[in-house]
Amino acid sequence: MSKKLSPEEIVKYFKDEFKTKIKSVDIRKKTAGLKKHESVNIWMKIDKSIFKNFIKYLCDLQYPHLSVVSGNDLGKTVELIYHFTLGYGTRFNEIVLNLSLELPKSKLEIETICDYIPGALVTEREKQEMLGVKIIGIPDDRRLFLPDDFPKGIYPWRRDETGPDKMYKNLHEVKK
Amino acid sequence: MKQKTTTKTTYHVPIGPIHPALKEPVYFEFEIDGERIVDVDVKLGHVHRGIEWASRKRNPIQILYLAERVCGICSYCHPTAFTLAVEDIAGIEVPERAEYLRVIQGELERICSHTLWAGVAAHEIGFDTVLFLTWEIRERAMDLTEYLTGNRVTKAIMTMGGIRRDITKDMIPTVTKHLNYLKDNFEKLRSVFLDDKTVKMRSQNVGILTKEDALKLCAVGPTARASGVKKDVRVDTSYFAYGDLDIDYITPDILTGEVNGDVYDRILVRLLEVKQSIDLIEQCLDKMPSGAIISEPNTPKLLAQLKKVTGDGIGRHEAPRGEVIHYVKLTGEESPYTWKIRAPTYNNILPWIPMLKGEQIADIPIVAASTDPCMSCTNRVAIIDDMNKYELTNEELHNLSIKKTRGLKK
Repeated sequence: MSKKLSPEEIVKYFKDEFKTKIKSVDIRKKTAGLKKHESVNIWMKIDKSIFKNFIKYLCDLQYPHLSVVSGNDLGKTVELIYHFTLGYGTRFNEIVLNLSLELPKSKLEIETICDYIPGALVTEREKQEMLGVKIIGIPDDRRLFLPDDFPKGIYPWRRDETGPDKMYKNLHEVKK
Repeated sequence: MKQKTTTKTTYHVPIGPIHPALKEPVYFEFEIDGERIVDVDVKLGHVHRGIEWASRKRNPIQILYLAERVCGICSYCHPTAFTLAVEDIAGIEVPERAEYLRVIQGELERICSHTLWAGVAAHEIGFDTVLFLTWEIRERAMDLTEYLTGNRVTKAIMTMGGIRRDITKDMIPTVTKHLNYLKDNFEKLRSVFLDDKTVKMRSQNVGILTKEDALKLCAVGPTARASGVKKDVRVDTSYFAYGDLDIDYITPDILTGEVNGDVYDRILVRLLEVKQSIDLIEQCLDKMPSGAIISEPNTPKLLAQLKKVTGDGIGRHEAPRGEVIHYVKLTGEESPYTWKIRAPTYNNILPWIPMLKGEQIADIPIVAASTDPCMSCTNRVAIIDDMNKYELTNEELHNLSIKKTRGLKK
Protein backbone atom coordinates (compact mmCIF):
# COMPACT_ATOMS: atom_id res chain seq x y z
CA MET A 1 0.00 0.00 0.00
CA SER A 2 2.74 2.43 0.81
CA LYS A 3 6.46 2.57 0.33
CA LYS A 4 8.76 2.20 3.26
CA LEU A 5 10.01 5.51 4.61
CA SER A 6 12.34 6.08 7.50
CA PRO A 7 11.53 8.85 9.98
CA GLU A 8 14.78 10.59 9.05
CA GLU A 9 13.77 10.59 5.37
CA ILE A 10 10.39 12.09 6.22
CA VAL A 11 11.99 14.85 8.30
CA LYS A 12 14.53 15.58 5.53
CA TYR A 13 11.75 15.72 2.92
CA PHE A 14 10.04 18.52 4.85
CA LYS A 15 13.22 20.30 5.98
CA ASP A 16 14.47 20.56 2.39
CA GLU A 17 11.31 22.36 1.41
CA PHE A 18 10.40 24.44 4.44
CA LYS A 19 13.85 24.95 6.02
CA THR A 20 13.70 27.32 9.03
CA LYS A 21 9.91 27.33 9.10
CA ILE A 22 10.18 23.95 10.77
CA LYS A 23 10.90 25.05 14.30
CA SER A 24 11.72 21.78 16.02
CA VAL A 25 11.80 18.05 15.36
CA ASP A 26 11.87 15.20 17.85
CA ILE A 27 12.02 11.59 16.68
CA ARG A 28 11.01 9.20 19.46
CA LYS A 29 11.65 5.49 19.11
CA LYS A 30 10.38 2.90 21.53
CA THR A 31 10.70 -0.87 21.64
CA ALA A 32 8.29 -3.43 23.01
CA GLY A 33 7.97 -7.16 23.62
CA LEU A 34 10.69 -9.80 23.68
CA LYS A 35 11.79 -9.20 20.10
CA LYS A 36 12.16 -5.45 20.72
CA HIS A 37 10.56 -4.22 17.52
CA GLU A 38 10.50 -0.45 17.24
CA SER A 39 7.64 2.01 17.03
CA VAL A 40 8.29 5.55 15.83
CA ASN A 41 6.75 8.90 16.72
CA ILE A 42 7.79 12.13 15.04
CA TRP A 43 6.96 15.36 16.86
CA MET A 44 7.32 18.35 14.58
CA LYS A 45 6.63 21.98 15.33
CA ILE A 46 6.04 24.29 12.40
CA ASP A 47 5.29 27.92 11.72
CA LYS A 48 1.62 28.43 11.00
CA SER A 49 2.36 30.32 7.77
CA ILE A 50 3.40 27.12 5.98
CA PHE A 51 0.58 24.96 7.37
CA LYS A 52 -1.56 24.53 4.26
CA ASN A 53 1.47 23.98 2.04
CA PHE A 54 2.80 21.46 4.51
CA ILE A 55 -0.42 19.43 4.29
CA LYS A 56 -0.29 19.54 0.50
CA TYR A 57 3.31 18.38 0.62
CA LEU A 58 2.40 15.63 3.06
CA CYS A 59 -0.40 14.36 0.80
CA ASP A 60 2.06 14.33 -2.13
CA LEU A 61 4.45 12.17 -0.11
CA GLN A 62 1.77 9.74 0.97
CA TYR A 63 -1.94 10.07 1.69
CA PRO A 64 -2.03 10.22 5.50
CA HIS A 65 -4.61 9.04 7.98
CA LEU A 66 -5.66 11.84 10.31
CA SER A 67 -6.32 10.36 13.73
CA VAL A 68 -7.43 13.52 15.46
CA VAL A 69 -6.46 17.13 16.19
CA SER A 70 -5.81 17.90 19.84
CA GLY A 71 -5.32 21.31 21.38
CA ASN A 72 -3.85 23.17 24.33
CA ASP A 73 -4.52 26.63 25.68
CA LEU A 74 -0.98 27.80 26.46
CA GLY A 75 -1.82 31.25 27.81
CA LYS A 76 -0.92 33.70 25.05
CA THR A 77 -1.31 31.12 22.31
CA VAL A 78 -3.42 28.13 21.43
CA GLU A 79 -1.54 25.07 20.28
CA LEU A 80 -3.05 22.66 17.78
CA ILE A 81 -1.56 19.21 17.28
CA TYR A 82 -2.50 17.21 14.18
CA HIS A 83 -1.87 13.50 14.74
CA PHE A 84 -1.26 11.83 11.38
CA THR A 85 -0.22 8.25 10.68
CA LEU A 86 1.81 7.26 7.62
CA GLY A 87 2.91 3.97 6.16
CA TYR A 88 0.17 1.76 7.60
CA GLY A 89 -0.69 -1.44 5.71
CA THR A 90 2.70 -3.11 6.17
CA ARG A 91 3.92 -4.68 9.38
CA PHE A 92 5.93 -2.35 11.69
CA ASN A 93 5.94 0.28 8.95
CA GLU A 94 3.67 2.84 10.54
CA ILE A 95 5.01 6.21 11.66
CA VAL A 96 3.00 8.70 13.67
CA LEU A 97 3.56 12.31 12.67
CA ASN A 98 2.46 14.75 15.38
CA LEU A 99 2.37 18.14 13.75
CA SER A 100 2.06 21.05 16.15
CA LEU A 101 1.60 24.75 15.55
CA GLU A 102 0.79 27.72 17.74
CA LEU A 103 -1.80 30.39 17.00
CA PRO A 104 -1.74 33.76 18.80
CA LYS A 105 -4.96 34.48 20.68
CA SER A 106 -5.23 37.78 18.82
CA LYS A 107 -5.67 35.87 15.57
CA LEU A 108 -7.10 32.43 16.19
CA GLU A 109 -7.45 31.30 12.62
CA ILE A 110 -6.26 28.35 10.60
CA GLU A 111 -7.12 27.03 7.15
CA THR A 112 -9.27 23.95 6.77
CA ILE A 113 -7.68 20.75 5.47
CA CYS A 114 -11.01 19.21 4.46
CA ASP A 115 -10.15 19.80 0.80
CA TYR A 116 -7.29 17.31 1.13
CA ILE A 117 -8.66 15.07 3.89
CA PRO A 118 -12.49 15.26 4.03
CA GLY A 119 -12.46 13.13 7.20
CA ALA A 120 -10.99 16.09 9.11
CA LEU A 121 -14.42 17.72 9.29
CA VAL A 122 -15.50 16.21 12.62
CA THR A 123 -12.31 17.15 14.43
CA GLU A 124 -12.17 20.64 12.86
CA ARG A 125 -15.73 21.36 13.96
CA GLU A 126 -14.77 20.20 17.45
CA LYS A 127 -11.77 22.58 17.55
CA GLN A 128 -13.98 25.47 16.49
CA GLU A 129 -16.48 25.02 19.30
CA MET A 130 -14.13 23.78 22.03
CA LEU A 131 -11.14 26.11 21.51
CA GLY A 132 -12.64 29.02 19.59
CA VAL A 133 -10.24 28.58 16.67
CA LYS A 134 -11.81 29.80 13.46
CA ILE A 135 -11.33 27.26 10.69
CA ILE A 136 -11.22 29.21 7.44
CA GLY A 137 -13.11 27.56 4.61
CA ILE A 138 -14.64 24.75 6.69
CA PRO A 139 -17.43 23.13 4.63
CA ASP A 140 -19.81 22.90 7.60
CA ASP A 141 -19.37 25.33 10.48
CA ARG A 142 -22.27 24.24 12.71
CA ARG A 143 -21.67 22.99 16.22
CA LEU A 144 -21.11 19.28 16.63
CA PHE A 145 -20.90 18.24 20.28
CA LEU A 146 -22.16 21.38 22.03
CA PRO A 147 -25.92 21.91 22.10
CA ASP A 148 -27.35 24.76 20.04
CA ASP A 149 -28.36 26.70 23.16
CA PHE A 150 -24.86 26.62 24.69
CA PRO A 151 -23.80 30.26 25.33
CA LYS A 152 -21.79 31.88 22.54
CA GLY A 153 -18.20 32.94 23.22
CA ILE A 154 -17.54 30.20 25.79
CA TYR A 155 -15.05 27.55 24.80
CA PRO A 156 -14.81 24.51 27.13
CA TRP A 157 -11.11 23.77 26.51
CA ARG A 158 -9.89 27.32 27.12
CA ARG A 159 -8.27 28.35 30.39
CA ASP A 160 -8.75 32.13 30.14
CA GLU A 161 -11.84 34.31 30.59
CA THR A 162 -13.55 32.53 27.68
CA GLY A 163 -13.28 29.20 29.52
CA PRO A 164 -16.27 27.54 31.18
CA ASP A 165 -15.25 28.25 34.81
CA LYS A 166 -18.00 30.82 35.32
CA MET A 167 -20.60 28.40 34.06
CA TYR A 168 -20.02 25.56 36.42
CA LYS A 169 -19.45 27.74 39.44
CA ASN A 170 -22.56 29.90 39.02
CA LEU A 171 -24.90 27.90 36.87
CA HIS A 172 -27.90 30.04 37.86
CA GLU A 173 -26.27 33.15 36.37
CA VAL A 174 -25.69 31.72 32.93
CA LYS A 175 -27.83 33.27 30.25
CA LYS A 176 -28.61 30.99 27.38
CA MET B 1 -31.08 23.47 8.67
CA LYS B 2 -31.48 20.75 6.10
CA GLN B 3 -35.23 21.33 5.80
CA LYS B 4 -34.49 23.88 3.09
CA THR B 5 -33.38 21.16 0.73
CA THR B 6 -36.76 19.41 0.86
CA THR B 7 -38.31 19.15 -2.56
CA LYS B 8 -41.86 18.19 -3.43
CA THR B 9 -40.92 14.53 -3.61
CA THR B 10 -38.73 14.25 -0.51
CA TYR B 11 -39.43 14.59 3.20
CA HIS B 12 -37.36 14.55 6.37
CA VAL B 13 -37.15 11.85 9.01
CA PRO B 14 -35.37 12.78 12.23
CA ILE B 15 -34.05 9.70 14.00
CA GLY B 16 -32.88 10.05 17.55
CA PRO B 17 -31.38 11.25 19.76
CA ILE B 18 -33.14 8.13 21.00
CA HIS B 19 -33.00 5.32 18.46
CA PRO B 20 -33.33 1.54 18.19
CA ALA B 21 -30.28 0.51 16.16
CA LEU B 22 -27.82 2.39 18.33
CA LYS B 23 -27.99 1.65 21.97
CA GLU B 24 -26.77 5.15 22.70
CA PRO B 25 -27.95 8.66 21.75
CA VAL B 26 -27.12 10.25 18.42
CA TYR B 27 -29.27 12.34 16.15
CA PHE B 28 -29.76 11.62 12.46
CA GLU B 29 -31.77 13.62 10.02
CA PHE B 30 -32.64 11.70 6.88
CA GLU B 31 -33.94 13.16 3.67
CA ILE B 32 -36.21 10.48 2.25
CA ASP B 33 -37.67 9.98 -1.20
CA GLY B 34 -40.31 7.28 -0.77
CA GLU B 35 -38.38 4.46 0.89
CA ARG B 36 -34.99 5.64 -0.36
CA ILE B 37 -32.52 7.71 1.68
CA VAL B 38 -31.33 10.75 -0.30
CA ASP B 39 -29.21 12.51 2.30
CA VAL B 40 -28.11 12.14 5.92
CA ASP B 41 -27.07 14.59 8.60
CA VAL B 42 -25.61 13.57 11.97
CA LYS B 43 -25.55 15.49 15.24
CA LEU B 44 -23.56 14.33 18.25
CA GLY B 45 -22.89 15.31 21.82
CA HIS B 46 -25.92 13.98 23.67
CA VAL B 47 -23.69 12.04 26.03
CA HIS B 48 -20.76 14.45 26.16
CA ARG B 49 -20.05 14.22 29.87
CA GLY B 50 -16.95 16.38 30.20
CA ILE B 51 -14.73 13.49 31.30
CA GLU B 52 -11.61 15.30 30.08
CA TRP B 53 -12.62 18.28 32.20
CA ALA B 54 -13.06 16.04 35.25
CA SER B 55 -9.47 14.84 34.77
CA ARG B 56 -8.11 18.31 35.57
CA LYS B 57 -8.64 17.65 39.25
CA ARG B 58 -7.34 14.06 39.34
CA ASN B 59 -3.94 12.41 39.37
CA PRO B 60 -2.94 9.87 36.68
CA ILE B 61 -3.85 6.84 38.81
CA GLN B 62 -7.31 8.25 39.53
CA ILE B 63 -7.70 9.02 35.82
CA LEU B 64 -7.20 5.33 34.99
CA TYR B 65 -10.50 4.56 36.69
CA LEU B 66 -12.17 7.59 35.19
CA ALA B 67 -10.99 6.44 31.74
CA GLU B 68 -12.59 3.04 32.32
CA ARG B 69 -15.90 4.80 32.59
CA VAL B 70 -15.64 6.44 29.17
CA CYS B 71 -17.32 3.32 27.82
CA GLY B 72 -18.47 0.08 29.42
CA ILE B 73 -17.60 -2.18 26.52
CA CYS B 74 -14.19 -0.57 25.98
CA SER B 75 -13.34 -0.39 29.67
CA TYR B 76 -9.88 -1.76 28.90
CA CYS B 77 -9.02 0.31 25.80
CA HIS B 78 -9.28 3.78 27.30
CA PRO B 79 -7.11 3.22 30.39
CA THR B 80 -4.72 1.41 28.04
CA ALA B 81 -4.35 4.32 25.66
CA PHE B 82 -3.99 6.73 28.58
CA THR B 83 -1.36 4.50 30.20
CA LEU B 84 0.61 4.23 26.95
CA ALA B 85 0.59 8.02 26.63
CA VAL B 86 1.83 8.53 30.20
CA GLU B 87 4.46 5.81 29.82
CA ASP B 88 5.57 7.52 26.61
CA ILE B 89 6.10 10.85 28.40
CA ALA B 90 7.67 9.49 31.58
CA GLY B 91 9.73 6.77 29.89
CA ILE B 92 8.34 4.05 32.17
CA GLU B 93 9.57 0.56 31.32
CA VAL B 94 7.14 -2.35 31.39
CA PRO B 95 8.18 -5.93 32.29
CA GLU B 96 7.87 -8.36 29.37
CA ARG B 97 5.43 -10.64 31.15
CA ALA B 98 3.09 -7.68 31.65
CA GLU B 99 3.24 -6.94 27.89
CA TYR B 100 1.86 -10.43 27.22
CA LEU B 101 -0.79 -10.17 29.93
CA ARG B 102 -1.87 -6.85 28.44
CA VAL B 103 -2.40 -8.51 25.05
CA ILE B 104 -4.50 -11.27 26.65
CA GLN B 105 -6.78 -8.70 28.30
CA GLY B 106 -7.06 -6.66 25.11
CA GLU B 107 -7.99 -9.66 23.00
CA LEU B 108 -10.47 -10.95 25.56
CA GLU B 109 -12.21 -7.60 25.44
CA ARG B 110 -12.31 -7.83 21.64
CA ILE B 111 -14.03 -11.24 21.83
CA CYS B 112 -16.63 -9.88 24.27
CA SER B 113 -17.22 -6.77 22.17
CA HIS B 114 -17.46 -8.47 18.76
CA THR B 115 -19.81 -11.19 19.98
CA LEU B 116 -21.93 -8.57 21.73
CA TRP B 117 -22.15 -6.71 18.43
CA ALA B 118 -22.95 -9.88 16.46
CA GLY B 119 -25.91 -10.52 18.77
CA VAL B 120 -27.19 -6.96 18.36
CA ALA B 121 -26.80 -7.19 14.56
CA ALA B 122 -28.88 -10.41 14.54
CA HIS B 123 -31.55 -8.67 16.62
CA GLU B 124 -31.62 -5.73 14.19
CA ILE B 125 -32.59 -7.96 11.31
CA GLY B 126 -35.13 -9.87 13.38
CA PHE B 127 -33.21 -13.01 14.35
CA ASP B 128 -33.61 -13.05 18.10
CA THR B 129 -32.76 -16.74 18.35
CA VAL B 130 -29.34 -15.93 16.90
CA LEU B 131 -29.01 -13.09 19.42
CA PHE B 132 -29.47 -15.57 22.27
CA LEU B 133 -27.19 -18.17 20.68
CA THR B 134 -24.42 -15.58 20.26
CA TRP B 135 -24.78 -14.20 23.73
CA GLU B 136 -24.79 -17.66 25.25
CA ILE B 137 -21.36 -18.16 23.70
CA ARG B 138 -20.32 -14.66 24.75
CA GLU B 139 -21.23 -15.46 28.34
CA ARG B 140 -18.25 -17.80 28.51
CA ALA B 141 -15.91 -15.00 27.43
CA MET B 142 -17.47 -12.86 30.16
CA ASP B 143 -16.93 -15.65 32.69
CA LEU B 144 -13.30 -15.82 31.65
CA THR B 145 -12.98 -12.03 32.04
CA GLU B 146 -14.42 -12.29 35.53
CA TYR B 147 -12.08 -15.16 36.36
CA LEU B 148 -9.01 -13.22 35.25
CA THR B 149 -9.87 -9.75 36.54
CA GLY B 150 -12.54 -10.17 39.20
CA ASN B 151 -15.15 -8.24 37.27
CA ARG B 152 -17.15 -8.55 34.05
CA VAL B 153 -17.07 -4.98 32.79
CA THR B 154 -15.03 -2.29 34.54
CA LYS B 155 -12.01 -4.48 35.14
CA ALA B 156 -9.46 -2.16 36.78
CA ILE B 157 -6.67 -4.31 35.39
CA MET B 158 -4.43 -1.73 33.69
CA THR B 159 -1.89 0.39 35.50
CA MET B 160 1.21 2.40 34.59
CA GLY B 161 4.28 0.25 34.31
CA GLY B 162 2.50 -3.09 34.11
CA ILE B 163 -0.72 -4.84 34.90
CA ARG B 164 -2.50 -5.52 38.19
CA ARG B 165 -3.21 -9.26 38.10
CA ASP B 166 -1.13 -12.20 36.94
CA ILE B 167 -2.23 -15.44 35.30
CA THR B 168 -0.60 -18.13 37.41
CA LYS B 169 0.10 -21.72 36.37
CA ASP B 170 -2.86 -23.13 38.27
CA MET B 171 -5.19 -20.77 36.40
CA ILE B 172 -4.15 -21.97 32.93
CA PRO B 173 -6.40 -25.10 32.79
CA THR B 174 -9.51 -22.96 33.43
CA VAL B 175 -8.43 -20.42 30.82
CA THR B 176 -7.81 -23.20 28.29
CA LYS B 177 -11.17 -24.79 29.07
CA HIS B 178 -13.01 -21.53 28.31
CA LEU B 179 -10.93 -20.89 25.18
CA ASN B 180 -11.66 -24.40 23.89
CA TYR B 181 -15.38 -23.84 24.41
CA LEU B 182 -15.16 -20.62 22.39
CA LYS B 183 -13.19 -22.36 19.64
CA ASP B 184 -15.62 -25.28 19.46
CA ASN B 185 -18.58 -22.97 19.16
CA PHE B 186 -16.99 -20.58 16.70
CA GLU B 187 -18.00 -22.78 13.76
CA LYS B 188 -21.64 -22.55 14.86
CA LEU B 189 -21.46 -18.75 14.78
CA ARG B 190 -19.59 -18.71 11.49
CA SER B 191 -22.18 -20.83 9.69
CA VAL B 192 -25.12 -18.84 11.09
CA PHE B 193 -23.71 -15.46 10.14
CA LEU B 194 -21.81 -16.23 6.96
CA ASP B 195 -23.74 -19.04 5.27
CA ASP B 196 -27.36 -18.25 6.12
CA LYS B 197 -29.30 -17.19 3.05
CA THR B 198 -31.44 -14.57 4.81
CA VAL B 199 -28.52 -12.93 6.59
CA LYS B 200 -26.79 -12.73 3.22
CA MET B 201 -29.84 -11.17 1.58
CA ARG B 202 -30.07 -8.50 4.27
CA SER B 203 -26.37 -7.73 4.43
CA GLN B 204 -24.82 -8.19 0.99
CA ASN B 205 -24.61 -5.07 -1.19
CA VAL B 206 -26.15 -2.99 1.61
CA GLY B 207 -24.43 -0.02 3.28
CA ILE B 208 -21.41 -0.01 1.00
CA LEU B 209 -18.32 1.99 1.99
CA THR B 210 -15.74 2.07 -0.81
CA LYS B 211 -12.04 1.85 -0.08
CA GLU B 212 -11.54 5.38 -1.37
CA ASP B 213 -14.21 6.77 0.96
CA ALA B 214 -12.81 4.80 3.90
CA LEU B 215 -9.38 6.35 3.31
CA LYS B 216 -10.62 9.89 2.71
CA LEU B 217 -13.01 9.87 5.67
CA CYS B 218 -10.33 8.41 7.97
CA ALA B 219 -12.37 5.32 8.92
CA VAL B 220 -10.77 2.99 11.46
CA GLY B 221 -11.03 -0.58 12.71
CA PRO B 222 -13.23 -3.30 11.22
CA THR B 223 -15.20 -0.61 9.35
CA ALA B 224 -12.04 0.36 7.41
CA ARG B 225 -10.71 -3.19 7.07
CA ALA B 226 -14.04 -4.44 5.65
CA SER B 227 -13.52 -1.88 2.88
CA GLY B 228 -10.06 -3.26 2.16
CA VAL B 229 -7.98 -0.68 4.06
CA LYS B 230 -5.19 -2.52 5.81
CA LYS B 231 -5.02 -0.56 9.02
CA ASP B 232 -4.60 -2.19 12.41
CA VAL B 233 -2.47 -0.67 15.17
CA ARG B 234 -1.57 -4.17 16.40
CA VAL B 235 0.09 -5.00 13.07
CA ASP B 236 1.22 -1.57 11.87
CA THR B 237 3.32 -0.80 14.88
CA SER B 238 4.98 -2.52 17.80
CA TYR B 239 3.45 -2.13 21.25
CA PHE B 240 2.77 -4.57 24.08
CA ALA B 241 3.79 -8.05 22.92
CA TYR B 242 2.03 -7.79 19.54
CA GLY B 243 5.41 -7.53 17.81
CA ASP B 244 6.30 -11.06 18.98
CA LEU B 245 3.05 -12.65 17.85
CA ASP B 246 1.92 -14.06 14.54
CA ILE B 247 -0.77 -11.62 13.42
CA ASP B 248 -2.01 -10.23 10.12
CA TYR B 249 -4.65 -7.79 8.85
CA ILE B 250 -8.14 -9.28 8.57
CA THR B 251 -9.78 -8.12 5.36
CA PRO B 252 -12.77 -9.84 3.73
CA ASP B 253 -10.78 -11.05 0.70
CA ILE B 254 -8.89 -13.61 2.78
CA LEU B 255 -12.11 -15.62 3.01
CA THR B 256 -14.21 -14.64 0.00
CA GLY B 257 -11.47 -13.45 -2.37
CA GLU B 258 -13.10 -10.05 -2.86
CA VAL B 259 -13.79 -6.82 -1.00
CA ASN B 260 -17.25 -5.26 -1.26
CA GLY B 261 -17.23 -3.02 1.80
CA ASP B 262 -20.86 -3.92 2.60
CA VAL B 263 -22.53 -4.95 5.86
CA TYR B 264 -21.74 -8.62 5.15
CA ASP B 265 -18.03 -7.82 4.91
CA ARG B 266 -18.14 -6.00 8.22
CA ILE B 267 -19.82 -9.03 9.85
CA LEU B 268 -17.19 -11.28 8.29
CA VAL B 269 -14.21 -9.19 9.46
CA ARG B 270 -15.48 -9.11 13.06
CA LEU B 271 -16.16 -12.85 13.13
CA LEU B 272 -12.71 -13.68 11.82
CA GLU B 273 -11.25 -11.31 14.38
CA VAL B 274 -12.91 -13.31 17.17
CA LYS B 275 -11.04 -16.35 15.91
CA GLN B 276 -7.83 -14.32 15.60
CA SER B 277 -8.20 -13.08 19.17
CA ILE B 278 -8.59 -16.64 20.54
CA ASP B 279 -5.46 -17.57 18.61
CA LEU B 280 -3.53 -14.55 19.97
CA ILE B 281 -4.46 -15.42 23.57
CA GLU B 282 -3.23 -18.97 23.01
CA GLN B 283 0.02 -17.68 21.52
CA CYS B 284 0.51 -15.44 24.55
CA LEU B 285 -0.11 -18.25 27.04
CA ASP B 286 2.41 -20.29 25.09
CA LYS B 287 5.18 -17.71 24.74
CA MET B 288 4.75 -15.69 27.94
CA PRO B 289 8.04 -15.29 29.84
CA SER B 290 8.14 -15.46 33.63
CA GLY B 291 8.97 -12.47 35.77
CA ALA B 292 7.45 -9.40 37.36
CA ILE B 293 4.13 -7.97 36.16
CA ILE B 294 4.71 -4.39 37.24
CA SER B 295 7.84 -2.23 37.27
CA GLU B 296 6.84 -0.02 40.21
CA PRO B 297 4.29 -1.61 42.57
CA ASN B 298 4.49 1.29 45.02
CA THR B 299 1.77 3.66 43.80
CA PRO B 300 2.69 6.76 45.87
CA LYS B 301 6.26 6.44 44.57
CA LEU B 302 5.00 6.19 41.00
CA LEU B 303 2.79 9.24 41.47
CA ALA B 304 5.70 11.21 42.94
CA GLN B 305 7.74 10.27 39.88
CA LEU B 306 4.95 11.35 37.51
CA LYS B 307 4.63 14.69 39.31
CA LYS B 308 8.14 15.63 38.19
CA VAL B 309 7.57 14.83 34.53
CA THR B 310 6.85 17.38 31.81
CA GLY B 311 6.12 16.81 28.15
CA ASP B 312 3.47 15.48 25.85
CA GLY B 313 2.79 12.04 24.47
CA ILE B 314 0.26 9.89 22.74
CA GLY B 315 -1.02 6.37 23.38
CA ARG B 316 -2.63 4.27 20.65
CA HIS B 317 -4.31 0.90 20.92
CA GLU B 318 -6.44 -1.15 18.55
CA ALA B 319 -9.77 -1.21 20.37
CA PRO B 320 -12.52 -3.58 19.13
CA ARG B 321 -13.93 -0.72 17.03
CA GLY B 322 -10.58 0.53 15.75
CA GLU B 323 -7.73 2.80 16.69
CA VAL B 324 -8.18 4.64 19.98
CA ILE B 325 -5.76 7.52 20.59
CA HIS B 326 -5.18 9.58 23.71
CA TYR B 327 -3.09 12.73 23.87
CA VAL B 328 -1.70 13.71 27.28
CA LYS B 329 0.30 16.77 28.32
CA LEU B 330 2.00 16.73 31.71
CA THR B 331 3.43 19.91 33.21
CA GLY B 332 4.99 18.70 36.45
CA GLU B 333 1.80 19.01 38.43
CA GLU B 334 -0.47 16.52 40.11
CA SER B 335 -3.01 16.49 37.29
CA PRO B 336 -2.36 16.44 33.56
CA TYR B 337 -2.61 19.79 31.79
CA THR B 338 -4.48 18.29 28.84
CA TRP B 339 -6.05 14.91 28.19
CA LYS B 340 -7.71 14.37 24.84
CA ILE B 341 -9.61 11.16 24.21
CA ARG B 342 -10.42 10.07 20.69
CA ALA B 343 -12.55 6.95 20.53
CA PRO B 344 -12.83 5.00 17.25
CA THR B 345 -16.48 5.88 16.59
CA TYR B 346 -15.43 9.56 16.32
CA ASN B 347 -13.75 8.66 13.02
CA ASN B 348 -16.49 6.27 11.91
CA ILE B 349 -19.25 8.92 11.99
CA LEU B 350 -18.59 10.46 8.56
CA PRO B 351 -18.44 7.05 6.77
CA TRP B 352 -22.10 6.58 7.78
CA ILE B 353 -23.13 9.15 5.19
CA PRO B 354 -21.97 7.28 2.04
CA MET B 355 -23.13 4.00 3.62
CA LEU B 356 -26.69 5.15 4.19
CA LYS B 357 -27.27 7.18 1.02
CA GLY B 358 -29.42 5.27 -1.44
CA GLU B 359 -30.53 2.64 1.07
CA GLN B 360 -34.06 2.01 2.37
CA ILE B 361 -35.56 3.10 5.70
CA ALA B 362 -35.76 -0.54 6.83
CA ASP B 363 -31.99 -0.85 6.34
CA ILE B 364 -31.17 2.02 8.72
CA PRO B 365 -30.90 -0.16 11.87
CA ILE B 366 -28.52 -2.73 10.41
CA VAL B 367 -26.40 -0.27 8.41
CA ALA B 368 -26.05 2.12 11.34
CA ALA B 369 -25.27 -0.78 13.66
CA SER B 370 -22.76 -2.25 11.21
CA THR B 371 -20.02 0.21 12.23
CA ASP B 372 -20.63 -0.91 15.83
CA PRO B 373 -21.15 2.66 17.01
CA CYS B 374 -20.34 3.33 20.62
CA MET B 375 -22.36 6.27 21.94
CA SER B 376 -25.57 5.45 23.78
CA CYS B 377 -29.10 5.27 22.49
CA THR B 378 -32.91 5.49 22.42
CA ASN B 379 -36.29 4.38 21.19
CA ARG B 380 -38.30 6.70 19.06
CA VAL B 381 -38.51 8.16 15.62
CA ALA B 382 -40.82 11.02 14.82
CA ILE B 383 -41.81 11.50 11.24
CA ILE B 384 -42.85 15.08 10.59
CA ASP B 385 -44.73 15.63 7.40
CA ASP B 386 -45.76 19.29 7.11
CA MET B 387 -48.18 19.87 9.96
CA ASN B 388 -49.02 16.22 10.55
CA LYS B 389 -46.65 14.76 13.10
CA TYR B 390 -46.72 11.14 14.06
CA GLU B 391 -44.23 8.95 15.82
CA LEU B 392 -42.62 5.72 14.80
CA THR B 393 -41.71 3.88 17.97
CA ASN B 394 -38.75 1.63 18.44
CA GLU B 395 -41.04 -1.36 18.03
CA GLU B 396 -42.54 -0.09 14.79
CA LEU B 397 -39.17 0.63 13.20
CA HIS B 398 -37.87 -2.71 14.41
CA ASN B 399 -40.99 -4.38 12.97
CA LEU B 400 -40.32 -2.70 9.63
CA SER B 401 -36.89 -4.32 9.65
CA ILE B 402 -38.33 -7.74 10.57
CA LYS B 403 -40.98 -7.34 7.86
CA LYS B 404 -38.26 -6.77 5.30
CA THR B 405 -36.45 -9.96 6.39
CA ARG B 406 -39.70 -11.97 6.26
CA GLY B 407 -40.52 -10.47 2.85
CA LEU B 408 -37.18 -11.61 1.49
CA LYS B 409 -37.74 -15.12 2.79
CA LYS B 410 -40.98 -15.58 0.85
